[in-house]
Amino acid sequence: MINTKRVVITGTGIISPIGNTLSEFRKNLLNGKSGIKERKIPFLGSIPAGACDYDPLKYQNRKELRRGTRAGSIAIYCAREALLDAGLDICRTDTSRLGVYIGITEHGMVETTDTFRKIAENDYDLQFLSHHLNSRIVSNNPAGEVSLNLKIKGPHYCVGGACAAGNLGVIQGYQMILLGDVDIAVAGGVSESIHSFIIFSAFKNQMALGSHKDPEKVSRPFDKNRNGIVISEGGTLFVLETLENAQKRGAEKIYGEIIGCAVCSDASDPVVPSAKGQAACMQLALERAGLKSADIDIINTHATSTPVGDIQEINAIKKVFPDLKTTFINNTKGCTGHTMGAAGAMELAGNLPSFSDGMVHPAINIDTLDPECAMENLIANKKAPKKHIRYILNNSFGMLGINASVVVKKIDSGEDAP
Amino acid sequence: MKKEEIRNLLIEIFKEIAPDEDFSGLDDAVSIKDQINFDSMDFLDIIMSLRRECAIKIPEEDYPNFVTVESSVQYIESRLNT
Repeated sequence: MINTKRVVITGTGIISPIGNTLSEFRKNLLNGKSGIKERKIPFLGSIPAGACDYDPLKYQNRKELRRGTRAGSIAIYCAREALLDAGLDICRTDTSRLGVYIGITEHGMVETTDTFRKIAENDYDLQFLSHHLNSRIVSNNPAGEVSLNLKIKGPHYCVGGACAAGNLGVIQGYQMILLGDVDIAVAGGVSESIHSFIIFSAFKNQMALGSHKDPEKVSRPFDKNRNGIVISEGGTLFVLETLENAQKRGAEKIYGEIIGCAVCSDASDPVVPSAKGQAACMQLALERAGLKSADIDIINTHATSTPVGDIQEINAIKKVFPDLKTTFINNTKGCTGHTMGAAGAMELAGNLPSFSDGMVHPAINIDTLDPECAMENLIANKKAPKKHIRYILNNSFGMLGINASVVVKKIDSGEDAP
Repeated sequence: MKKEEIRNLLIEIFKEIAPDEDFSGLDDAVSIKDQINFDSMDFLDIIMSLRRECAIKIPEEDYPNFVTVESSVQYIESRLNT
């Protein structure tokens, strides 16, 4: 069956360690600003992390905040901002045709950790276990909180996909529109991971937590001395709809059109990523987009600043893009840290403005480029101009060997724009 | 604890559970639910807070005592004195 629907991005809502609007986020990415600071983590001491500073009371009252989760709060904020950005009035929208699809790396760890600590403080008397716990830890929590807050009656659920989850959320929304299940999707990813010491501890014991005397330099994908990830929180949700729908309602903005995506598995190792699997994913996304590798203008790499992972991704790119003359490569995590479930969507959002400003934001903190990560057109440390940016490939990979790639096309003014 | 102290504690617990509500005009003789937008989960929060603050376990069969502020204070007082 040939699907003739064209799915476009018409709104963006973002909370990140370097800004809570797309324009602020973009500005800081172009300037190579890091949002990583030392944070006191229970039982571990001072650890570099990416925290977000936003006003949760903008869209929730204090009672809702007390009942809900940090991930839910981030999701509500991003969803509200995305709908506002898209110019969609929720009161005039048939919400039974609106779906909420949110990628999560994990959910429930923060609440479970807090609950366990509170029980321990009360001599393990389980009567002190909060009756709110179940609704906080169910895996649909962030999407469900969005549904409750906005009175959205269409489907809401979360897509679990380790660190590929942000892209998975976008892909789920895209596919549900293609299937005709919904007309509008609020889709992307969120993470609250910095609020659990267990997550930091688990990465530390896995020898995958980064360190550096300067917190702003810890996250340094492709640098020879990189030594692990920086855990961050945040969220990014997009409004997705058909181009036809956007034009019909007079949408003012179209950030881009999703023209291809792919999800596949390495099936090789729980933790170590495979260049072969990642290459297969990128290749499939290109094929579905009807593009050749040379058509891609920007590849936003997933690279997380781990010694092994970054090399695997570069090897995968070399396989799919043997001739990189016109394709620029960048990375977002040097600035934001690894926003886990939010990363895929957030990094895509940070690159979408390239279609209009003609710039490619840099991968920062590359003091000494790892020769094994060296690639032509790797945009290191300083932003670069690029003419006629039309296609972005966004990578997101995760544990258990899950790979997700999304291809977005610029909507040409005068041709398709509303 | 005196009745007034118990009432003050109860109102403090209410404020913690519903920080955006105004409790200044609360009528102690009228049903709490008719005056404040409390649901069943809020009620469980009240029970849990009382357990923490007053060290009293409130069995489910005693929940009907928490209809009004007046009846709640009376019940808590009786439990604290036993």
